Amino acid sequence: MSSVAQKSGFGATLWDWLTTVDHKKIGILYLLGGLFFFVLGGIEAMIIRLQLITPNNDLVSAGLFNDLITMHGTTMIFLAAMPILFGFMNAIMPLQIGARDVAFPFINSLGFWMFAFGGLFLNISWLFGEVPDAGWTSYASLSLHSPGHGVDFYAIGLQIAGGGTLMAGINFLVTIINMRAPGMTYMRMPLFTWTTFVASAMILFAFPPLTVGLFFLTFDRMFGGNFFDHTMGGNTIIWEHIFWIFGHPEVYILILPAFGIFSEVFSVFARKRLFGYTAMVFATVLIGFLGFMVWAHHMFTVGLGPTANAIFAVATMAIAVPTGVKIFNWLLTMWGGSIKVTTPMLYALGFIPSFVMGGVTGVMQGAAPLDYQLHDSYFIVAHFHYVIVGGVVLGIFAGLHYWWPKMFGTMLNELLGKITFVFFFVGFHMTFLIQHWLGFWGMPRRVWTFMDGQGWNIANLVSTIGALLMAIGFTVMVINIIMTTIKNEPVGNDPWGDGRTLEWAIPSPPPFYNFPATPLVRGLDTLWIEKMEGSKEMITPAEPITDIHMPNGSIIPMLMTLGLFIAGFGAMFHQETSWGLGVLIFGLAFTFVAMAARSLKDDLGYYVTKEQILQDQENSKRGRN
Amino acid sequence: MDLNTKFTPETWPAHPERATLEAKNKFVGFWLFLGGETILFATLFATYMALKNKGPSGFGFTTQELYTLPLVFVMTMLLLTSSLTSVYAMYHLKSFNFKKMQLWLGLTALLGLGFLMLEVYEFSHYVQEGFTFSNSAFSSSFFTLVGTHGFHVAVGLVWVTLLIFRNSKRGLNLYNATKYYTFSLYWHFIDVVWVFIFTVVYLMGVVG
Repeated sequence: MSSVAQKSGFGATLWDWLTTVDHKKIGILYLLGGLFFFVLGGIEAMIIRLQLITPNNDLVSAGLFNDLITMHGTTMIFLAAMPILFGFMNAIMPLQIGARDVAFPFINSLGFWMFAFGGLFLNISWLFGEVPDAGWTSYASLSLHSPGHGVDFYAIGLQIAGGGTLMAGINFLVTIINMRAPGMTYMRMPLFTWTTFVASAMILFAFPPLTVGLFFLTFDRMFGGNFFDHTMGGNTIIWEHIFWIFGHPEVYILILPAFGIFSEVFSVFARKRLFGYTAMVFATVLIGFLGFMVWAHHMFTVGLGPTANAIFAVATMAIAVPTGVKIFNWLLTMWGGSIKVTTPMLYALGFIPSFVMGGVTGVMQGAAPLDYQLHDSYFIVAHFHYVIVGGVVLGIFAGLHYWWPKMFGTMLNELLGKITFVFFFVGFHMTFLIQHWLGFWGMPRRVWTFMDGQGWNIANLVSTIGALLMAIGFTVMVINIIMTTIKNEPVGNDPWGDGRTLEWAIPSPPPFYNFPATPLVRGLDTLWIEKMEGSKEMITPAEPITDIHMPNGSIIPMLMTLGLFIAGFGAMFHQETSWGLGVLIFGLAFTFVAMAARSLKDDLGYYVTKEQILQDQENSKRGRN
Repeated sequence: MDLNTKFTPETWPAHPERATLEAKNKFVGFWLFLGGETILFATLFATYMALKNKGPSGFGFTTQELYTLPLVFVMTMLLLTSSLTSVYAMYHLKSFNFKKMQLWLGLTALLGLGFLMLEVYEFSHYVQEGFTFSNSAFSSSFFTLVGTHGFHVAVGLVWVTLLIFRNSKRGLNLYNATKYYTFSLYWHFIDVVWVFIFTVVYLMGVVG
């Protein structure tokens, strides 16, 4: 494929993946990394549910239970859901807008490695036996007094991973602003690109507060700061504000790309243009904006007073309006469509009722008085799992099946896909629906065990069996992935047959330069327009084929991150060891030298020649026939 | 993106900082980055305001006793002037006068260094008086807010020094024009943040 002389063998392949700056390969790396952490978080969830299967269970200790719930939440949000979505954004979004690459390929790679090493740092805590145990929100009143290094792993690991997220966000924003193909106006962008755009803008404004909050936590725990210690004049509520100013937008950062995936899936498999495209775009932007106006609804019971609570209650409920607009637009997209029930479409169909239920219970808690009743009960657990699993995870699975052929050039098995869906969907509702009632019946969240005779036994048993079904469903999916990969039957450009957007116009997987010639976009659903007009090549080029400028691969992003990883251990141990400070300085210096190496050597990339592109096209045509 | 293209003031584009796609990407990306930095500093400011004058019982420091305006005034003048000199440098960037641009940037760096040294003096003075990072929530938030700004100044100094020396032999081209330009954006941003620090921390601290 690549025009540069390629060495073969395991070492060369490994080196290729470590140094890649190709957005499609980085997308695959994000996907694999995210799936790895998804399995890890899933195992943690299973142990939590097994512990709660019967009253007075002692499968795990109370301390270990705190470790498990903390790591389950942190892992799923930061290391599974977001990276997998980033995987799709990386692999698909540039193709959808007809770009050759993202705006900053080097920084794209850096962002991935920061996620990978940050996640590794967080999870190495298991090997040390000192695991974060203050909840994924890590409220300062708990986290400051958590013994050992558990919370230190949280603060530093998330700092590294969060830096990577911010870089990825800026990268996607610039890509969409500057690198759209001719004719791709903002109001012709596919919905997934739009949601990537808005989610990235939210990342840009939500992650800096997290950065600051984590620094405060790091300073307080490791460097003698007093931000949250009330005996020194500090205030733990500051952490709560900072965390939720980040944390609530984060929920929308996760759900908006999932909305984008569903918008693509509905219009492709209903074989209709998305109903109310303009309203969809407007609703996306509005959700992005309102997402920043509502953080204090997580703090109704803190005692901010009725005025603050009322304002944030109203703002919170307002988000239901654009979300409702979206739900109706999806329904109306299907109305009168010629619906094909494929695996991605099944997830999309299952998503609507599931997510609406999560949304409704969200509005319930948006009412401050009701929130006082439901606060810290299992009702909350049920609510946010309905949103995150019923929205984000179903979206991820839909996207996984939908774009797998584009990313890997082979199709996941449809039958196994549907089996996965049934197990996962039934298991999901079984696990979490009953938890609404557990909350009403008074079961608090985050409890390690419960006593017999409170009427919670059967509900908890049902919930655990549901979790088991979800695990079976996921296992079937892993089997599906393995089988598909071994079989590796190549597919054509548009394996679903009804692709509407640009990514389906080029081979699966796409050549490393994406488009031989930049496409000319003539309207919304570009490829559909070309199909309707009977274009033979499926793409109207905007320019003749010329030499293409490509970036060089680089190992420096990984080395820069390695330095931060090392420095993290130094910061953590500098108080109790003599070598800690040295390691901290060494790690930072290592990163700085890597940065200097990048700055001092001009890396201008290379050119793919016109002849090579024409040869590639010739080969792929011959392969297809 | 050819480093060997030789320009003259006549062929030099009107907006060299965004003349190529790569440059345009860096230009837009850097503005967005500064947007994120704004939020970062806003969070630090909010925390400082919440923790101002807060300490353990018997904690003796208040903003009125601590801050002295003459020193901060000199620091402010140094930094504001350095912003002006960086404007001159950008003027020469646009008119393709490499030597003068380097000269004005060198001056910018010297003024920035002056500012930073006064800040180091200020901090060490506070520490000698017993106002350390660890003795109260007030001190933690003060040193973090003002220190983060100082860290940004230090990064800017390293950045511009590397730029000046790295490019001294090659002159201006479309590859490094963006690098110079984004540095000037960054430097102005630092200056704006300092205006807020001067107002919120020092003026409001002394006036009460």
